[in-house]
Amino acid sequence: MGLITDLKDSIRRVTDGLFSATEPKRIGIYGPPNAGKTTLANRIARDWTGDAVGPESRIPHETRRARRKENVEIERNGRTVTIDIVDTPGVTTKVDYTEFLEHDMEKDDAVRRSREATEGVAEAMHWLREDVDGVIYVLDSTKDPISQVNTMLIGIIESQDLPVLIFANKTDLDDSNVQRIVNAYPQHQVVPLSALEGDNMDEVYGKIAEYFA
Amino acid sequence: MPEATPTDGPEPGDDGVQIDLVSGERMDGLTSMEKIRLILDGVRDGNIVILEQGLSPDEESKLIEVTMTEISPDEFNGIEIETYPQSGSSDGGFLGKLMGRSSGGSKKLTVIGPANRIETLHKDETLISALVSRR
Repeated sequence: MGLITDLKDSIRRVTDGLFSATEPKRIGIYGPPNAGKTTLANRIARDWTGDAVGPESRIPHETRRARRKENVEIERNGRTVTIDIVDTPGVTTKVDYTEFLEHDMEKDDAVRRSREATEGVAEAMHWLREDVDGVIYVLDSTKDPISQVNTMLIGIIESQDLPVLIFANKTDLDDSNVQRIVNAYPQHQVVPLSALEGDNMDEVYGKIAEYFA
Repeated sequence: MPEATPTDGPEPGDDGVQIDLVSGERMDGLTSMEKIRLILDGVRDGNIVILEQGLSPDEESKLIEVTMTEISPDEFNGIEIETYPQSGSSDGGFLGKLMGRSSGGSKKLTVIGPANRIETLHKDETLISALVSRR
């Protein structure tokens, strides 16, 4: 009995090794709405594959479906990591269609957008529980990082023992405050960047290669 | 005798705010979905629900997911939820995990209300200050 169990364990270790060497890790890009997740996903995808992931917008909830860009091969400091980037809708606990009316949207469009947004958030939560191997958590460094959504999501990610990098985005803006994010989440690696301007992307790719290899 | 539910008893007046303080002991006997139902049923009635011991990270994840499926224009905009932020390293440590204590802020007092009626004014590691509007 013990011999069979040992044999099964050995086979599993070998097959696990084979899969981990060939199958790309699915890295979810999470964060609150308008943190710059799609801008980052597009920056990474364009830098390494030449294609974009999806449209960017200043209107919240532009991304209302999780989008996956497969087989993005990132090479840094002698390390190569192949990942699938999963750009997810911004997570929130509330969606009010009247907020979209402020962006010159008709009521029918605003209601439709809010309905799609709620579906997208539910989908993002499902991906987080079931389908990602690691997380890039994107925060707008001009905003207070200790929001309830951030606290809850980082707690959920920690509880699943997923590797996580926190990206302090929008460092090109005058009121960016990266230290506030470092102080809020001292247990995690925080990397400053501007996905829009492409600032500090060398360190970004170095950390991705290091954390998700 | 049927067990009392948080919404039993006299109805609050039109300008009143009902607050349900739910003990950890009461929540311990419920499944994850029963907890989420208890919270959302109360919040959708316009109540403020205060949990003595909060939810686990997995339950918080499901609460967000179920809340999203129930949002309806002009009827229910979702929830406002507040717990104290974690201080310092929050992974609970090796012993915490070994003892089954999950990380991520469970066992912390949690305030949940309808998004259109509760607004957080201030939050730090020791204080949550919220403004609750009337109906």
